[in-house]
Amino acid sequence: MRLEPRTEVSLSRFIFAPIVAVITSLLLCSGLIIWSGASVLEAYWMMLTGSIGSAFALAETLSRATPLIFTGLAAAVAFRARFWNIGAEGQLYAGALMVTFLGTGDMNIHGILLPTILFIGSFTAGSLWLFVPSLIKVKFQVDEVVTTLLLNFVMLLLVSLLLEGPLKDPMGLGWPQGAPVLESAELPRLFQGLRVHAGLIIAIILAIVIWQFQIRTTLGYEMKAVGFSRDASQFAGMRVGKILLITAFVSGGLAGLAGYSEVTGLKGNLTLDLSPGFGYTGIVVAMLAQLHPLGVVGSAFFVACIFVGADAMSRSVGVPNYIADVVVASSLLCMLVSMLQVKYRIRWK
Amino acid sequence: MDWFEILWTTSFWVAAVRIATPLILGTLGELVCERAGVLNLGIEGIMTLGAMAGWMSVFMGADLWTGVILAAIVGALMGALHSMLTVSLGLSQHVTGIGITLLASSITYYIYRMVLPEVTSPPRIEAFTNYPIPLLSKIPWIGEALFNQSPLTYLAFILVIIVGILLYRTPLGLAVRTTGENPSAVEAQGMSVIGIRTGAVMFGSALMAIAGAFLTMSAFNAFFFNMINGRGWICIALVVFASWHPGKALFGALLFAAFDAYQMRLQQVIGSAIPYQVFLMLPYLLSIVALILISRRVAIPQALMIPYRKGER
Repeated sequence: MRLEPRTEVSLSRFIFAPIVAVITSLLLCSGLIIWSGASVLEAYWMMLTGSIGSAFALAETLSRATPLIFTGLAAAVAFRARFWNIGAEGQLYAGALMVTFLGTGDMNIHGILLPTILFIGSFTAGSLWLFVPSLIKVKFQVDEVVTTLLLNFVMLLLVSLLLEGPLKDPMGLGWPQGAPVLESAELPRLFQGLRVHAGLIIAIILAIVIWQFQIRTTLGYEMKAVGFSRDASQFAGMRVGKILLITAFVSGGLAGLAGYSEVTGLKGNLTLDLSPGFGYTGIVVAMLAQLHPLGVVGSAFFVACIFVGADAMSRSVGVPNYIADVVVASSLLCMLVSMLQVKYRIRWK
Repeated sequence: MDWFEILWTTSFWVAAVRIATPLILGTLGELVCERAGVLNLGIEGIMTLGAMAGWMSVFMGADLWTGVILAAIVGALMGALHSMLTVSLGLSQHVTGIGITLLASSITYYIYRMVLPEVTSPPRIEAFTNYPIPLLSKIPWIGEALFNQSPLTYLAFILVIIVGILLYRTPLGLAVRTTGENPSAVEAQGMSVIGIRTGAVMFGSALMAIAGAFLTMSAFNAFFFNMINGRGWICIALVVFASWHPGKALFGALLFAAFDAYQMRLQQVIGSAIPYQVFLMLPYLLSIVALILISRRVAIPQALMIPYRKGER
């Protein structure tokens, strides 16, 4: 197998790369569906109608996409600077913890003030949780992948500790869950009776802000340069360590906001199963979007379709809903190959 | 029992060696990959897959050693996929590795649910039993800990020696180590960098899968969801801690496991004065601290994480 650099990168290849990747992935996964005895076409049709076939399904998909936009942006911002933040799961819980710290109990803050405090608080909490490994990276050159991963486990244990101890809801009938957030802190639902909430709007606005930040500001450019080549950026006079720390600050904060949005918009309180791996799925979302902030919105929607659709499919044709995770993971690998195809021609000889 | 007396109990040392076994195998597997220049973040998923594959084959009627071999084979296949993407195609080892972990663990859960759709409590198998080595197991204190263990534990110790000899005493080992340091030099000798890396990743991934299989076929006798629980990531930290050396990896894994066994017993001694979660956090925090302490003097393979493309520099 040999790679030949393409002389010119065509726009159509760039745009079709994710589509080809997804179709390939779905084709590969149909093997597993055939094994379960279901008809492939019927199964995928169920997946489609179950995710966007009705207003109710669509709302469910959008509410599932919301945290994925946040964690997807977190990964996209970090990966662009080649800072491998695999700890979005932990940072999400850090944000959710902060919401529980600040936004429950007796408080008399009215109006927009409380949501603002919670927003900033959860952003900061996520940032700080990532600040530890990024500082270790900059000061001691310890690879951030392992440290961010290990801290996910530490954070889950910390949440478990606090939910069984000081943060346990006295009205929670003994379950390890946090007290419900105050009504004034709740994000409003966008439509009566549907679960999609204002967190989605915040997520989309943030995606636009980050996109503009990346293409219009010096810092945004420097983050990209640092990702392209550490040495060249250093040589050009950029302070690589500082830029990485700022990148980490933004990335961790975005993941923290996923926790904010889930608690105040959807669940109402903090539980140990707040996130079924949104942090890890965010990595796939970011890669499918080719790390583009606006692309993240689209790919988060797609991944949410897979998850919500797989639940519907599993109910109706009996394929285990773990198929969703398989489709998403294989989409990631197909996407990596597909992105390579944009720049290189793969020759088999 | 006092917090200090724990160290003098035989059961503590027996547990330490048992807990160390999957870490030794996993660390050894990751070490072989990284020595050839490939970071394998698929380890967590490959361990999950190996745990299920080994257990499932025995559940379906295969004998125990066939189960171990089948686990190793599926591990090697995952390794082949990883190396096809990162070595042949030169894709990002970080992202691909995470992708392999997601893929391997989701396929594992899918297969488990397909075969056993209705079960609530996981079915059990006849797992490996401890095999006391004659005479040696009678040595007081260490005999019980080192020579009355599962056959897979002996296998782990033997593999440390074999991998050590292979890496440092054979031409093949020299080729693998050079591939991790200076791939062009290997190519200049007429050997294939791609071939060596692929072989190393497949071999290493097979060891990771056996590490997972130990959990379902020896430590426990059933497969649980999330049973690997970060052990793979700890192995990656241990490789750094061991400075990419098999002997030190064995030492690191034993040290870590001793600490883990100790904290479990200490929990019972101290009781509920300190929440149990604090003890469970310690292994992860300890790994991070170890990485920081070691960071000043690591001899990281120079070509680690750098894809090799023929004719490109």
